[in-house]
Amino acid sequence: MPTLIIDGNEIDVQDGSTVLQACEEAGIEIPRFCYHQKLSIAGNCRMCLVELEKAPKPIASCAMPAADGMIIRTNTPSVKKAREGVMEFLLINHPLDCPICDQGGECDLQDQAMAYGRDSSRFGETKRAVKDKDIGPLVGTIMTRCIHCTRCIRFGEEIAGVEEMGAIYRGEHMEIGTFLEKSVKSELSGNLIDLCPVGALTSKPYAFTARPWELKKTETIDAMDAVGSSIRIDTRGREIMRVLPRLNEEVNEEWISDKTRFSCDGLKYSRLDRPWVKKDGQLTEATWDESFNAIKNKLSTLKPTQIAALVGNIVECESIFALKQLMTNLGSPHIDCRQDSTPFDNEYRASYIFNTGIAGIDQTDAILLVGTNPRLEAPIINARIRKRSLQSNFSIGLIGNDVDLTYKYDNLGNTPAILDEIIKGNNPFSSILNKAKKPMLIIGQGALSRDDGRGILQKCRIIAEETGMIQENWKGFNVLHTAAGRVGALDIGFLPGTNGFNTNEILDQAQKDSIKLVYLLGADEIKTNTLENTFVIYQGHHGDAGAKVADVILPGCAYTEKDGTWVNTEGRVQKATAASQPPGDAKEDWSIIRALSDYIEGELSFDSLTDIRSTMTKEIRVLGLIDKQSPGNWGTFGEDCTIQNKLPFKLPIDNFYLTDPITRASPTMTKCTETFYSNRIRENVTDG
Amino acid sequence: MSLVTNSVRSWFLTELASGMSIIFKHMFHNKATLNYPYEKGAISSRFRGEHALRRYANGEERCIACKLCEAVCPALAITIEAEPRDDGSRRTTRYDIDMLKCIYCGFCQEACPVDAIVEGPNFEFAAETREELYYNKEKLLANGDRWEKEIAENLSREAAYR
Repeated sequence: MPTLIIDGNEIDVQDGSTVLQACEEAGIEIPRFCYHQKLSIAGNCRMCLVELEKAPKPIASCAMPAADGMIIRTNTPSVKKAREGVMEFLLINHPLDCPICDQGGECDLQDQAMAYGRDSSRFGETKRAVKDKDIGPLVGTIMTRCIHCTRCIRFGEEIAGVEEMGAIYRGEHMEIGTFLEKSVKSELSGNLIDLCPVGALTSKPYAFTARPWELKKTETIDAMDAVGSSIRIDTRGREIMRVLPRLNEEVNEEWISDKTRFSCDGLKYSRLDRPWVKKDGQLTEATWDESFNAIKNKLSTLKPTQIAALVGNIVECESIFALKQLMTNLGSPHIDCRQDSTPFDNEYRASYIFNTGIAGIDQTDAILLVGTNPRLEAPIINARIRKRSLQSNFSIGLIGNDVDLTYKYDNLGNTPAILDEIIKGNNPFSSILNKAKKPMLIIGQGALSRDDGRGILQKCRIIAEETGMIQENWKGFNVLHTAAGRVGALDIGFLPGTNGFNTNEILDQAQKDSIKLVYLLGADEIKTNTLENTFVIYQGHHGDAGAKVADVILPGCAYTEKDGTWVNTEGRVQKATAASQPPGDAKEDWSIIRALSDYIEGELSFDSLTDIRSTMTKEIRVLGLIDKQSPGNWGTFGEDCTIQNKLPFKLPIDNFYLTDPITRASPTMTKCTETFYSNRIRENVTDG
Repeated sequence: MSLVTNSVRSWFLTELASGMSIIFKHMFHNKATLNYPYEKGAISSRFRGEHALRRYANGEERCIACKLCEAVCPALAITIEAEPRDDGSRRTTRYDIDMLKCIYCGFCQEACPVDAIVEGPNFEFAAETREELYYNKEKLLANGDRWEKEIAENLSREAAYR
């Protein structure tokens, strides 16, 4: 541990720290543009100059390793002069267009020019101008503002794995851009906007709409994929203006995917803002009272076993719990949360969560991916794998489609037969797994949502056990979910009871008319055409597939509009906070179920969110452990069944940008599809 | 002594005479009152009257939706919404001033980097209903067009002191 003296105070820092980090540790702010804690060190902006005793010139603190006995000064006249000089050079070619710049008010250059710059410019010559580049529908460029910190280039190379951004020409003529005029094809491209210290890279959908000082900031949790990234939602009035990442080292580090960031404009369109009831084959506007009475009248003619309920992908734990209680009170065992008919049950928690945690990827030395494309299913996890793959002593094998994952991997084939080979040790990759100290397996929904899913799950469990993935403090068996609400629903046990039907059976029986009422809680990713003759109650926030076949529509809240508990794919329980209000008459989902229970004979006992939470956490203890990833219990799961060895794995996500009702309503996501999937026609697929 | 002088003053009506002399003097002075609204007093070039949104000589509106006036307004009288115009430039879609909230402090025109929002010389905009005093962008631009000559004159006079 080197010991330094910074501005007269002695401080110990960790080995491998830089002088800049040491200064931060000592509580001294060092101005910087090119340095970023998650990227490699470039040392090209020179803003972080400090004085080192016995050094002839000021040193760039971001690139200087901290050494024992260094004497650093950060508040001397020479440091002030150096900073003023650097700032003056940076501002020579930076346009004075702060009033029309979207970065204005949250700009590093603006802030640091105020704090460390001179009061006026001495530069009277003409400034340079650079042509703007078109790098896609998400990131807008005003390249004249660029100060060449190269953070965007390093992000592309190191984190996103798309080496499309680069610098051409030298000196004053240097320009940042894509070498060929094309869009940056990355699921993480939105992070370039956060990284850019000036307004050169800005958000296109957010362009000119708001200023940072007029936004209300709410810290919450994302629900667009199963990663559960920590986000901050910025609202003006009741409108959501933008979504930004929050630092959470264990989950998303500093990044969020483009779907998380840009799909929020889908919350403005196709919303269900009042109850609807079908009268004479036509949906008509109704009051809450009328819609509840319509449900009551229908229910009074039915037996409990003729009722079923399905839960969708973006539903929080409280509502799922309330619906489960309601169905239990009504006496129906036909409930299911697995829209994509995956074979999970909740006997062993370890069988359906990402056991090692996302941070566990940093420690692993071999990964076997089964039937998954993490780049589309969870870009944040893919970035974590890429980060690991840039370090030494690591190998990845993939059983699945040959796709560009942004890092090198061995494609072992795309049939379940490979699993058998690995179990028997006939595959070269099984020896890699055996040799690895902390191997892991990531199994995607594509491998499980098939008829022989139970068998695949069993095979994967055997691989985990045989290749030493299951150790005392390391369970290398990881399930990668695509639905934000799925693990929560599994924890609650929203699964068929005794003699209960699963999703496919419910849909079949509905067609055969032995199920006469289906309650869809945000469930849209099912084959709704089988429900045409069934009485369907749809509770959700968007007029999507489910609402189309509904007889009664109950308008609920989207994930940004309600307080709720979410469980991510790791089994980490997180609390989300409402950032805005739902439109029109829409209500919080749990309260709709509670209100409905008064009309029908299934009365629920809770009256507030606190009530439902305490009941829920009393029954399911893990849901009370907020922000913790509780380890799952291991056991014998999966079932022996005939496996269609020749049938290749199909990926659950075909189009990254259109996976759920919110993204399907989002103009930005549609624009992305047009840009990035222009050569493909979207088929009607189940997306998880 | 006082008895004598007081008696003389009261018998010879000197006070009346001096009073009348003031009246006669003022008959030949200039009038201090104005025949408003046919006559108006002079106002300073710094006068802060009714707001106006200005245009450039080519007809392009000056306001670039930077929202600094909205931020600085102590009475929260200004409301702005913006989005990219078809040609990609930054423009307001809504620029409202609640003239009833406005305290005529002039901070908005001081904050404006492009001299778009100004408080012009007009002070005669009283209305019969409150609604008439909720100004929108259209009204403010019309004000700017109407008062441009006076506003430009005032600004050029003040240019040396800004």
